[in-house]
Order: sequence, then structure tokens, then C-alpha cells
Amino acid sequence: MSIIRSLTLLFIALISLLSLPATAQENDPGRALLINLAEAPASKVEEAVNAIVSSGDKRARGWLEAYGNNRLSRIKDTGQVVLVLNNRGRDWEIADPLTGENMGEMSRRELDRVAINNRIRGQLEGILAMLDLNAADPDVREASAQDMMGKVDASLVEPLEAQLEREENASVRNRIEEALAIYRVSEGNPEAIDVLAGSLHPRARAALNDAVRGDDPALADRATKALESIEQKLKLNRAAETLYFGLSLGSVLVLAAIGLAITFGVMGVINMAHGELIMLGAYTTWGMQQLLPGQPGLALILSIPAGFMVAATAGIIIERSVIQHLKGRPLETLLATFGISLILQQLVRTVISPQNRTVVTPDWMSGSLVINDALSLTLNRLYVLAFALIVFAALMLIMRKTRLGLEVRAVTQNRAMARSMGIRATRVDIMTFALGSGVAGLAGVALSQLTNVGPNLGQNYIIDSFMVVVFGGVGNLWGTLIAGLSLGTINQLLEPWAGAVLAKIIVLVFIILFIQKRPKGLFPQKGRAAEG
Amino acid sequence: MSLKKHVKLGLSALALSISFNSVAAEDPIKVGILHSLSGTMAISETVLKDTVEMLIEQQNAKGGVLGRQLEAVVVDPASNWPLFAEKARELLAQEKVDVIFGNWTSVSRKSVLPVVEELNGLLFYPVQYEGEESSENVFYTGAAPNQQAIPAVNYLMNNIGVERWVLAGTDYVYPRTTNKILETYLMDMGVAKEDIMINYTPFGHSDWQNIVSDIKRFGSAGKKTAVVSTINGDANVPFYRELGNQGIAASDIPVVAFSVGEQELSGIDTGPLVGHLAAWNYFMSVDNDANYDFIDAWVEYTGQEDAVTNDPMEAHYIGFNMYVEAVKKAGTTDVDAVKDAIIGVTVPNLTGGYAAMMPNHHITKPVLIGEIQDNGQFSVVWETSGLVAGDAWSDFLPGSRDIIADWRKPMFCGTFNTVTGKCGASAGEMAAEAE
Repeated sequence: MSIIRSLTLLFIALISLLSLPATAQENDPGRALLINLAEAPASKVEEAVNAIVSSGDKRARGWLEAYGNNRLSRIKDTGQVVLVLNNRGRDWEIADPLTGENMGEMSRRELDRVAINNRIRGQLEGILAMLDLNAADPDVREASAQDMMGKVDASLVEPLEAQLEREENASVRNRIEEALAIYRVSEGNPEAIDVLAGSLHPRARAALNDAVRGDDPALADRATKALESIEQKLKLNRAAETLYFGLSLGSVLVLAAIGLAITFGVMGVINMAHGELIMLGAYTTWGMQQLLPGQPGLALILSIPAGFMVAATAGIIIERSVIQHLKGRPLETLLATFGISLILQQLVRTVISPQNRTVVTPDWMSGSLVINDALSLTLNRLYVLAFALIVFAALMLIMRKTRLGLEVRAVTQNRAMARSMGIRATRVDIMTFALGSGVAGLAGVALSQLTNVGPNLGQNYIIDSFMVVVFGGVGNLWGTLIAGLSLGTINQLLEPWAGAVLAKIIVLVFIILFIQKRPKGLFPQKGRAAEG
Repeated sequence: MSLKKHVKLGLSALALSISFNSVAAEDPIKVGILHSLSGTMAISETVLKDTVEMLIEQQNAKGGVLGRQLEAVVVDPASNWPLFAEKARELLAQEKVDVIFGNWTSVSRKSVLPVVEELNGLLFYPVQYEGEESSENVFYTGAAPNQQAIPAVNYLMNNIGVERWVLAGTDYVYPRTTNKILETYLMDMGVAKEDIMINYTPFGHSDWQNIVSDIKRFGSAGKKTAVVSTINGDANVPFYRELGNQGIAASDIPVVAFSVGEQELSGIDTGPLVGHLAAWNYFMSVDNDANYDFIDAWVEYTGQEDAVTNDPMEAHYIGFNMYVEAVKKAGTTDVDAVKDAIIGVTVPNLTGGYAAMMPNHHITKPVLIGEIQDNGQFSVVWETSGLVAGDAWSDFLPGSRDIIADWRKPMFCGTFNTVTGKCGASAGEMAAEAE
């Protein structure tokens, strides 16, 4: 790969160039380099990139990054290469890549994109990673060394070895050694296998797998042994990963169901519009992000109270307008709220759009928390898991420690008795329904970070919610928590073995059988009132 | 001027105005639009309804067809498959429409097939599908598998060097048939069975953690791995999000999708997805003046500056123009005459070439491979050197190989078996039987 060979050049050039003054603007050699890149046919792109790299221009990194991100274009009329700052819509904002000067907006029709594909992008990633090996921050160095894994070739060995000698940070050293070892294994070096023996990195495993399939029996034997020890470690990580997947799916189920556990469990109202209340919470998040463009994180945090309020208000309206007139008639309530759910869905389709809305995930929620090379916990799910536990704890506190909670429990146990003790049962009903609906709104805020925000959002969760509430034991918050988490885990345990479709069916069959044996769920309510 | 002359002039003027009136009073050409405006599929199908309405408006501004104006008759089958058949019957029997543009899912198309065949209607179907069908009353303007899936796999094999394959799809007829074709094709090309992983998920699947981590593991066996995705609709958003979060970059394990277009990407933050692929016959980013004009018209029509166009919209554009040309050629909107006239009709597509209607009621299309960019658009990285003719019956399925469709006389059959020399059941009969 000629592109990699030139890395050595770049490497030397860069070190020597770091202190040079900026190139004079007239007769800027960068202009020719960029035009050369833009005009290169597919087979010559590598050469053009090489030329940019070995020119040692300080701006090379920025150009290559822009190229990798599809941000280099040419003006059709003049042939000038420009940097596209904003490529949304029909008019694009452009800048001069030589001076960085903003050139205003230009119609998409006037511009010609400088083409790039995955193969070249992969090589660019290697080059940029190599540049970052000089960064002051050891974390950046480690990340770039990790990016080098599997991308090392003969011409890179020497500079990498030199880098290794300079490098003082132990974990960066390990990374570079592993990256080198992957290359050496592919070259048939048996000692390198020992370096990879403990590695959980997929690239290391891929290299060992290649060696096992290779022609050299001694090497294959050694690689097989190394792989065996890796497999052992992987099994443990795999188990931890499945548990995490299970708990995170479970936490989603808990969030979706816990509002229902309050309205269904405490009030006995079968609210089929619960899913749509979740949807309202998700749309609130979207709306907040529209109000606060460029600040998705702040918008998300503000959506938590806002989503609660919007859904709670909707809940109160539903309760006052429909449910209170159907008290004690569960079938009619079910039908009426089903109607409401359809109305709400279509309302969103008509008023907002039938299309899904984009909800941006803030930076601190994207990506994953890397435990080791084989185990990483996706951050968005981690936050949702924590959020579910917080919501659960808050609800427990409200039900156990506040006057509202006391009144709710009293009304649940014996409505007539509670009323004669001076509790205003109607008011309690409204508050309970508002609380349950508000929690549904919170679930929506969380789900907006995991799935589609669209009119169908709620539909996908209503069955799961009822499943969790019934399985856990109606009206029991602890039951909802345990049921949600365990159903999530069971589903994720089954999935690799049975597939996603069958796993869902098996879980449903399991619940049907379970309900046959214990009709009141995992944690039935005790006491005389519950019997009636 | 004598009185006589006056009367004569007046009479002839009267006659002229009467004859003008009779032309103006001639019924408009009724165009039925059969797309879901509510329910699950509304997300994809409402824009297609708008597209046809826009095309009708444009054609009317040009004076209509044969001097007649066009009139849209819109019904809402509400993502309910049996309702599609009822609405199609309503359009043909009660509204007496001349032509229908409609359907998205294969199951909805299968449900209307017996109706359009029974009542002899015309249906233009704009979505890429699994093939294995040709009806005398249906015109397939979306891609057949050989116009999308096979060229995409070839690109991955030859240009990217992929040796290990994940075929991931939603659990219904289109992905299952496409994957069956692809599995046979890959094994014919010498790919071992253990190098193919097949996975199905339900509609609207949102929990992708396990599957994405499986894909990651499958890809660490030392061979270049790619995912061929026939995942449909909403489920794509959480799937791509999970790919991004678990750090699967396109340079490691590229995903090539057959059902993800600009519309679907508009619901995702595409930053982490740069470089993942899709295979279509049209992309909004195609650098072509006809395309830019279409986009401008669309933006103006919808009134939304950020409105996107996609492949099925182009298919309706092509189908609509083909219908207009065929009516002009036939000189009438009579269904049988249009059916005859439309074979061989050629109209411009939006990518700078032409689409022709083939005798098997499929059209010629270019195949484009695009990479996702950070602005939610695709950049074309590869395209077929010429146009590919749609194949109604796949060459890679046993039992389908020997069948051809040709709607010219004397053959006039969608299921002609070249071995036995016999014509099988019609598409509508087969669909009715399968129910």
C-alpha cells in the first residue's frame, strides 16, 4: 500500500514542520495539491493523498479530515476546491480551504463533490491515527494506537518501533505492541502470538484465526492454544454482556410499565392509551430540542420535567373527560381508551407529521463505556437503566412517605371506608392518574434516546407494559420492577439461542403458563380488600 | 353585412362553442391513489400520495393528456392489507378510475392482485420487491432483486473483498425471499455455509443489543465481513443507533441496506454512520439537472425546505410519465389499449438516463451504490455501467429459473415455463390461492 509508505515521510516531515511559519498565500502550493486530489481518477486517488501527506503542509490534516467527511467540493464554473461547512438543504455554506475564509452560501447545483469511498476512508483513518500518535494527551495516543490495530504494514513497522521507544505510557505501549504483533503474526512470526495471547481485541482474534487457517502447522498450533485461552476469557465477558443487555432491556420494560402499574394496579383502570402518553413524552423531548437548537443535552434534561407535565396534563384530561364516567366498567374503559389511543396517534400524524422525528442524542450519551476490548456498555442504555431506577425509587418514596401515597393506598384498599374518613376519593383518582400518566411521559423521554419518535411509538410498548404489570402482580411496584428486569433478562438469554422472534414468543408463552398457575402474578396483594 | 350572413355567422359560432364545450365537458382522466395515509405504513406512503398529486398538478398545468385534465382520487387503506383489496375494488368499480398508483408492502400488493386482474385495472407499483411475480395488470417500477440485491452483493465481493456475510432482515416475505435468493447466489459463488449468518427480527424491533454484538463477534473471524440488511421501516433507526454506539464503523463491517433511503435517514443522527451503504436506483444527491428540478418542485410543493426525495418517489415519477406516454400513444385511456401501448415506452429517469417498460412489465434501471454522509444523504460510490432490465423470475431460485414473463401476444403470460412450454396460473390466482 503506497499510501502507508508515505506515512513515514509524513511522520518526519511533520516533526520538522511543526515550527515553520504559514505558507505565503500567493502561489499557495496547497491549491495545486487539492485540485490534483479533486481531479484524480479512482486509481490515482492514493497518489494524490500521498502528495498532500508528503508535502508536509500544516493544513494537510484538516484537508484530509474534510475529505474523509465528504466535505470537499469543487465549484463547477471555476474549478476551485472549497470546504463545505454546512451541507444540509439546497444551499451549502462554503469556505476557502487555503485560508479558512468563509465564502458564504452557494447552490448545491454549482458544486461538485470530491468523491471518496470506504476503502480510501479506511486508509485516511490510518493516516490520521498515525498523526495522533504524537498527541500530548495519552488517551488520544492510546485511541490512535488502537485505531492502528490491523492497519499496520511493512512500511509502518519502523516508525512504530521508534514510537514505542519514545513512548512512556504503559498502556499506550501495550497497544502499539499489540498492533505490531498483529502484523507480525500475519508475517508468520510465532513469538508475536504470545503478545496476543491475552488480547480480547477482535482484530487480534482475527489475526490468530487467520494463523490457525494458515499453512504453517507450528504457527497454527500455537495460535490455536492462544485462541483457547482467549475463548475462556471471552465466555466470562459474554455472560456479563448478556446480563447487561438483559438488565437494560428490563429497565426499558420497567419504565414503560411502571406508570401503568399505578393507574391499572391502583385504580383498576385499563388504560389502552398508556402507550400514547409515552409517545407524548417522547415528542416533548423532540419539541424541546427544537426550542433549544444546538443544545441537545440541556433540552433532554429540561424534557424530564416537561415530559412529565405534558403527559400528566393529558392524563388529567383523559380522566376527567372519559374515565370518570366509566368508573367500575373495565371493559368500557378499555374500549374508550383504545379509541383515545387511536385518536392521539392520528392527531400526531395530522398535526406534526406521519414521519419519525429526529431526536439528537447528546455527546455524553453516545458511544459506550469500554470495560475491556470484549466488553463495553453502551452509554445510552446505561443512562436509561439508571434513570429507571431513580424513577422507581422516587415513586416508592411518594407511595410510602407522602400523604398522597397514603391516601392512594387507602382508596385502593377500601374506597367507601376511605371516603367516610374524609379522603376526597375523586381528587385522589385525578392525582393518581396524573402521576401514572406523568411517569409514562418520563418513559417517553427516555425512549426517545433508544428508539423512533413517531406516531407508532406507544403501540410498540403497550403490550409489553401490560405483560410486565400482570406478571409482577397488579398494583405492586416492587413486582413491576422485578418482573420487568427478569423478563428483560430472560428475553436476552433466549435471543442468541432462539432468535429475536422466537424469544419474544417463548416469553409470552411462559407468562401465559405462569398466570395459569398464579393468576395474581409474582407478588399478589394480600389482605381482605384485595380478595374482594 | 346582410341579416342572413349574421345569422349564419352566429350559428356557426354557436356550433363551434358547442363543440368546444363538448371537449371541455369530456370527463377527466381519473387517477386512483392507493397509499396508506394512516397506520404503520403512513410514514413511507404519505409522501408517495403527495408525489402523485404533484405530478398530476404538473401534467394538468401542461394541458393534461389528450386534451383531458387529470383528477386524483385518493383513498386511505390505512396500512390494513385486506382493506387494500376493498379500496382497490372501490376505485375500479365505483370511482371507475383509469389507472391506480399505489401499494408499498408486498402483502398489500398480493392482496390487491386478484382485484385488479378481475376488474382489469392498471396498477403502478413503485417499491423494490422480492420478485417472483408478473401480472398483466401490474407495472413494477421499483427494483426486482437483480436490480438491487445481486449487484450490491457483487460490489461488496469484488470491490470491498467481503468473504463473510450477515443477512439480516425483518421477518416477512420480502427479506425471506431476497435472502433465499442471496444465499443460493453466494453459495454458487463459493461462499461456505458457515460464512453466512441469517437473522430475522420482528417489525418495529427496537432492542438490537444482542444482535449487533453477535454481528461484531461474527465479524472477528479474520475474514472481511459485511451485513446485507433487508430490515424494513422503523426498526432501522434503533439498529443504526446501536451500530454507532457499539462502535461498528463502516470501514470494519459495512452494512448495505435495501430498504433505507433518505426518508428513513431523516429520522437518525447519521454522524456515526458515515460510510455505511445502500443500494438503490436513485439517490436524492444524484448530480443531474432533471433531479434538481424535481427536488425544487417537491420542496415548493410540500412547502418544507428540508423535504427529501427517495427512490420510490422516482419510481412513481417514471411510472406516471410512462402512463402519460402510453395513453398518448394509444390515443385512449382504454385499459387493454394502454397495456399494449406501454411495452417499449421509454421515458427519462432522474439519474440522467432512460427507463424502458419491458415485456415482463418490469423496467430498466441503473443500480447505484451510495454511502451515507453526515447530512443524511448518500454519495454515489459505484454504479452499473449500463441499465439493468428487471427480472420477474429469479435465475437463482429452483423452480423459478425456467419461468419467463412476456405480455406481448401471442404469448401473453406471466408464468411461461420454458421447459414444459405451458403457461401457469396468473399472479392474482396465485395470490388468492396463497391466502
